[in-house]
Amino acid sequence: MDSATQERRKERIDRGIKVRTEGIYAISSWQGITYMALPTVAFVVGLLILPLVVPTMAWQRIIVIACLFALLALVFDFLTNFVGIVCLGGAFFTGVGGYISGLLNSAWGIPIIFTIPIATLGGAIICTLFLLPCLPMRGIYFAIVSLMYPLLFARVIQALNIFGGTDGLPGLSTFPNIWVELYLVLPIIILLTFGIRRLVNEDFGIVLRAIRDNDQAVKASNINITWFKTKAVLLGSAIGCFAGAYLAHLYGWMGLSLFALDFSIFPIAATVVGGGGTLVGPVIGAFILAPLSEMLRAFGPLRVVFYSLILAGLVIFSTEGLVPYLERKYHQFERWIEV
Amino acid sequence: MNQEVVLRAKGISKSFGGVKAVNQVSFDLFKGEILGIIGPNGSGKTTLVNIITGFVKPDEGVIFAGEKKITGLSPHQISGLGIVRTFQIPRPYPSLSAVKNLVVPLFSSRIQRTTGGKLGDRDTVALDILEEIGFERDAHAPYKPASTFSEGYLKRLELARCLALRPHTIIMDEIFSGLSVSEITAMIPIIERLQMNGITIMMVEHRVRELFQLANRVMVMNFGQKIAEDVPTEIAKSEVVKQAYLGVK
Repeated sequence: MDSATQERRKERIDRGIKVRTEGIYAISSWQGITYMALPTVAFVVGLLILPLVVPTMAWQRIIVIACLFALLALVFDFLTNFVGIVCLGGAFFTGVGGYISGLLNSAWGIPIIFTIPIATLGGAIICTLFLLPCLPMRGIYFAIVSLMYPLLFARVIQALNIFGGTDGLPGLSTFPNIWVELYLVLPIIILLTFGIRRLVNEDFGIVLRAIRDNDQAVKASNINITWFKTKAVLLGSAIGCFAGAYLAHLYGWMGLSLFALDFSIFPIAATVVGGGGTLVGPVIGAFILAPLSEMLRAFGPLRVVFYSLILAGLVIFSTEGLVPYLERKYHQFERWIEV
Repeated sequence: MNQEVVLRAKGISKSFGGVKAVNQVSFDLFKGEILGIIGPNGSGKTTLVNIITGFVKPDEGVIFAGEKKITGLSPHQISGLGIVRTFQIPRPYPSLSAVKNLVVPLFSSRIQRTTGGKLGDRDTVALDILEEIGFERDAHAPYKPASTFSEGYLKRLELARCLALRPHTIIMDEIFSGLSVSEITAMIPIIERLQMNGITIMMVEHRVRELFQLANRVMVMNFGQKIAEDVPTEIAKSEVVKQAYLGVK
């Protein structure tokens, strides 16, 4: 180590405007209001105009897919960082949601407007019932079980040749056009991101966060933690099943790929990139990773190599994630001081 | 003293592997008293607390709370009956502020039942409880995350979490351990005040001097068995107890 770094260190100080806009003082000036609202407005407006600025329809399609991955990432972040349930059940949710919606549509010809809500609620109940026996388990054990379920379901469908078997069922109803596809799911993402953020700061959400911090102490406080975890998983699986049902109608096809491992793994990557525990982070992470993985298609088989390298680099060099990094830059400045 | 029994244990035993952690322990806890439990390390004191509060299932024996049998109930059901505990190593919710730490017990069904849903703003109630236990209301302390607290404040937070449940019995697992002399001096009047308010207290403790000051009765454990139970002055003179602690004959 050279002497210069030993005598100086970096100091982080809150920006003046951050200090001046704390609490109720935020509304005392226009600058204050702008400073407080800017990140939120940028996120909302950015999401809403994103489909308008991309060049082709193929890219708009990628944005819809990114939206669905964003929902799954949101679920992962909520369950992991706010309830302490490491849930790798993304593929389980999308599979169950997609198959319910697809079956209702192809067998009875029920229109999309009903199949997606039914799949969301029905799928959430089915997923939660399956995950219920594992809820008393902690950490990695729950993760393993939630990861195994989609494999189990896919094999059962394959082996029994039910619900279209290996080939799946084609010819499901699709959305009228790309704009409906886009602007149906984008507001839902915004609503859910801020809705969940609100929820985890309400008293109910405080109990969930307490369960993550120390479940034994919550048990000793006359609170049935399994019941609270059940409600959290129900919410998470509802969002996941919605994404699955949406996906099935997006492609007009339901098949075993709805249970693909990607739906479980991608949300983790998006959360790492965006920053866990921020809720906004995983959404942004999904909007970075989904287009990135499309762009890497140009490299053919090397795509996975580049993708892995980029992810590894992000994890090694930026462990905090994108959103916490931006938050820090926005609220604080850094300077070198003599020690 | 009023001789109403709030907690009665009969023949409690628990083995971990080949070790008999608790062996045929019976005792009564009378309403309004402070019962101290002392014993050398590994004598089964904390296991006894874990059994009473439902965290560990006993191999044998039954425990009654009043008339109700509570063995086999889960921790959240037992705490719902008004029998609450502190943990030897404080278990706060580090990411939450002291106020939000107390919102958790205030959200419990016991509080919703006893207040008829008319508790009001949980944050305000939490602040009142914290002030009672020694957090300054106007200072920043109640709003700082629990991860920044010293051991003394964490122990107070443990006790505050219990009080938030409006208990009739508190079981304290080594509430003085890890505290400085001045912090213990501050804690003693808090415990005395709890007793004056009619709360029954069972204290597992290593700090014999402070315990003898507070306790009405003391029970001594060694190798999982109860070896003595009497008023503190008699326990201090007892030969069996000296032998267990000091190994002298």
